[in-house]
Amino acid sequence: MHKKKLKWDFWTAITILAILIFGLFLIYPLSALFMSAFQDPHSGQFTLDNFRRFFARKYYYETLTNSFLVTTTVTVLTIIIGTVLAYFMSVYKIKGKRIVELGIIISLLSPPFIGAYSWILIAGRSGILTKWLLTNFNYHAPSIYGFGGILLVLTLKLYPFIYLYAAGAMKNIDSALIEAAESLGCHGMKKVFTVIVPLITPTILAGALMVFMNAMADFGTPMLIGEGFNVLPVMIYSEFINEVGDQANFAAAIAALMVLITSVIFLLQKYVVNRKSFTMSSLRPMQTQNLHGFKSVVVHAGIYLLVAISLIPQIVVIYTSFLKTNGSIFLPGYSLDSYTTIFQELDNAITNTYVFSTCAILMIVFLGMTVAYLTIRRRTWLTECIDTISMFPYIIPGSVLGITLLLAFNKEPLILSGTALIIIISLTIRRLPYTLRSSSAILYQISPSLEEASISLGASPLRTFFKVTAYMMLPGVMSGAILSWITAVNELSSSIILFTGDTETMSVAIYTEVIRASYGTAAALSTVLTATTIIAILIFFKLSGNRGISL
Amino acid sequence: MSVAINIEKVVKKYGDLTIIPGLEAHIKNGEFFTLLGPSGCGKTTLLRMIAGFNSIEGGEIKFDEQVINNLPAHQRNIGMVFQSYAIFPHLTVRENVEYGLKLRKLPKEEIKKKVDNILDVVKITDYQDRLPERLSGGQQQRVALARAIVIHPSVLLMDEPLSNLDAKLRIEMRSAIREVQKQVGITTVYVTHDQEEALAISDRIAVMSGGVIQQIAAPYIIYTRPYNRFVSTFIGHSNMFKGRVQQQNGQKVVVFANGYVVPMDNLSEEATEGLDVLISVRPEEFALREGDGLECKIKTRVFLGKYVNYELEFPEDMLIPDQASIEFSQDLGHAEKILEIGETVTLRPNRLKINIFTADGSKNLIEGVVHYA
Repeated sequence: MHKKKLKWDFWTAITILAILIFGLFLIYPLSALFMSAFQDPHSGQFTLDNFRRFFARKYYYETLTNSFLVTTTVTVLTIIIGTVLAYFMSVYKIKGKRIVELGIIISLLSPPFIGAYSWILIAGRSGILTKWLLTNFNYHAPSIYGFGGILLVLTLKLYPFIYLYAAGAMKNIDSALIEAAESLGCHGMKKVFTVIVPLITPTILAGALMVFMNAMADFGTPMLIGEGFNVLPVMIYSEFINEVGDQANFAAAIAALMVLITSVIFLLQKYVVNRKSFTMSSLRPMQTQNLHGFKSVVVHAGIYLLVAISLIPQIVVIYTSFLKTNGSIFLPGYSLDSYTTIFQELDNAITNTYVFSTCAILMIVFLGMTVAYLTIRRRTWLTECIDTISMFPYIIPGSVLGITLLLAFNKEPLILSGTALIIIISLTIRRLPYTLRSSSAILYQISPSLEEASISLGASPLRTFFKVTAYMMLPGVMSGAILSWITAVNELSSSIILFTGDTETMSVAIYTEVIRASYGTAAALSTVLTATTIIAILIFFKLSGNRGISL
Repeated sequence: MSVAINIEKVVKKYGDLTIIPGLEAHIKNGEFFTLLGPSGCGKTTLLRMIAGFNSIEGGEIKFDEQVINNLPAHQRNIGMVFQSYAIFPHLTVRENVEYGLKLRKLPKEEIKKKVDNILDVVKITDYQDRLPERLSGGQQQRVALARAIVIHPSVLLMDEPLSNLDAKLRIEMRSAIREVQKQVGITTVYVTHDQEEALAISDRIAVMSGGVIQQIAAPYIIYTRPYNRFVSTFIGHSNMFKGRVQQQNGQKVVVFANGYVVPMDNLSEEATEGLDVLISVRPEEFALREGDGLECKIKTRVFLGKYVNYELEFPEDMLIPDQASIEFSQDLGHAEKILEIGETVTLRPNRLKINIFTADGSKNLIEGVVHYA
């Protein structure tokens, strides 16, 4: 009888490597974390005390409701703003559409906490706008701190997700569908709500999940602007930092709760989307129409205003980076002192940022392509397992991943805490699923008969992978990887937990500078990050050959 | 060098499901051999077993005398043409054709010479520097053919290569393929579900159904002397009548259900007196006659230029049940008049052409019909 033997080839090696990486750096730390959530910090016995403690005091359990409140409100707001924006941008000819889209993408990809930090500069206690209103109009502006501030910053940062998803879906609506609706006597708002909205709903739900996960996991924003308004990631962080010794059972319990919530939301979204999913491909996309008169003015003004507000943080940060400063005080006049300072004192952080994220991206591209190939072309129960596990990082907030890695690798036999490697690993694990998904999507487009053609011509399967499959996947994977690189460069929530003096990154440095109120250096660092982001986006556009960005 | 392919008791299984239960075929060196059958009959599966993309669960496939069961696909020296062409989109036409030669580490000048030659043979020299996406379907198929042939494969395997082309181009490409194949003299296994294509292009055809080869023979034999009822109805149209073998005046005859007697002098010994049989008559094997014969009514009429196709209505007890239609083709070159719908006519089958099958349709009772030729 025919028997399948385990063959020692390249693909076996990749399978084992993938299992090792996910097992060692994801499954093991996560299960260790969940175990410790159910352990008594002193005796190590099984207990529910950690959870009891959380639900016993308002100070703790309030973070749960706060997180929910912030996350759902942000999700709803971004859906409204993003969808409406996408509708106008897709249906009407908007002047300067490219610039508008670039602005939207920049505000999406810039580091999240820069928004919080610069809104503090603008409307905080001693903010520019606050002072101006007070001196000129004797008007006490409402506080930017707390729920409202978090909402403002996160909404402005995250609506681009919905916009990009919705605009992509609208591009896939065949104009024949719209014409069919019109020929049946359906037009105006009725057409929008009975045809267009249902068609893009599954896609918007996918975007909404991204927003929800991002808003839920965001650490920098609520930390800086939330003040008394505590949310889960902040609570996890402070409990973790405050806890004595290397037992972190209480923080682990909160983290477990958080992962529970994100998993439920994730599964719920999957369930809803699977029930109403369909595929669309348009032969003839909708044509944009010209706008005239008053309507044109209103639509243009609305869009420009929205994008301008989203870009204010970047502009303020860039501007203040060139101001003379003394600690937290901005002095009259301009200078490059802040830049001199960062390049002299924080050059380490700058180098680290680029080195770490580039290492991570190389790992991600290699693993993403090979593992995608394994799970699609060489399907076995094992590769299917890897495929499922590779989805986990979607639902694990950065701070939780940071804590799990730190707890797992700060003791024998494998001490990684404080090394650059642990930060690179956390970046890799966090972004791998995205590249894996996009690699899989690209691979599905490549007909297996191309590979067979190559094999029939005498190239071995491995050679075929590198000469044909990988070669054809690379452009798509690379452009996705650039986006991942940008998020890796801007990463804060896990690095803040994993860094030590030597492995500080720019985001971490900005955060600590802001906390120390050295606004000048923070602004200069942020400007470097923003510039990096913009350059990377431009390279992405150049590489991908079109303006389309998909996440 | 081209080889003969010997397929001996080959078995294909997916889990517990047997797709091909022990198949036997011997393809001669330099022959154009077609696997023809409805979708799901196992023809592509068999082709991919020869190519090395499907595993072999039993039996042997040999190139000449070499067993290739466990030889990896890339070492089998095959040329393959795919239904989807599978032209590398990132390479130009020339680079596509060079691909296999470069892997064989041939000297540069030799590669150039071979590629120039084959581009000329398949008539795509003018497009050699284009990227494939700017070629039409027919041109892409020529590239695929050139790429497969240029490496001088032991066998050329083609998996429905014409099914993505439009009807006119299909006919043009089919003669191009045939011509190139003869010119290069390469053993070719061709898979198709299109009977007309198979009849036009092949030296021999293997008609497959349910993972079993029903008949292997030259196209002319397959059509005129099908081995069983499946082959007879799958290739072309056959009208199936109930009949019985009888002896009259020392000669064997077949009798239709209405009593019409056809004397037969080519029945095999298995056709014994009193045996119930199927009488298979192709639409063009009927002739319009006065007097006795098969009486029927014209149901519909389709005018097709060279001939007219009629659908006929017979008394139900004359026919084998569950036939889509009973047809008669009238050759306009010899027809005296065109028949009207509703008209009652008498037809006589041509006794030299008709086929007689056992009642279960499993075997042709005409003398000397070959199963595997």
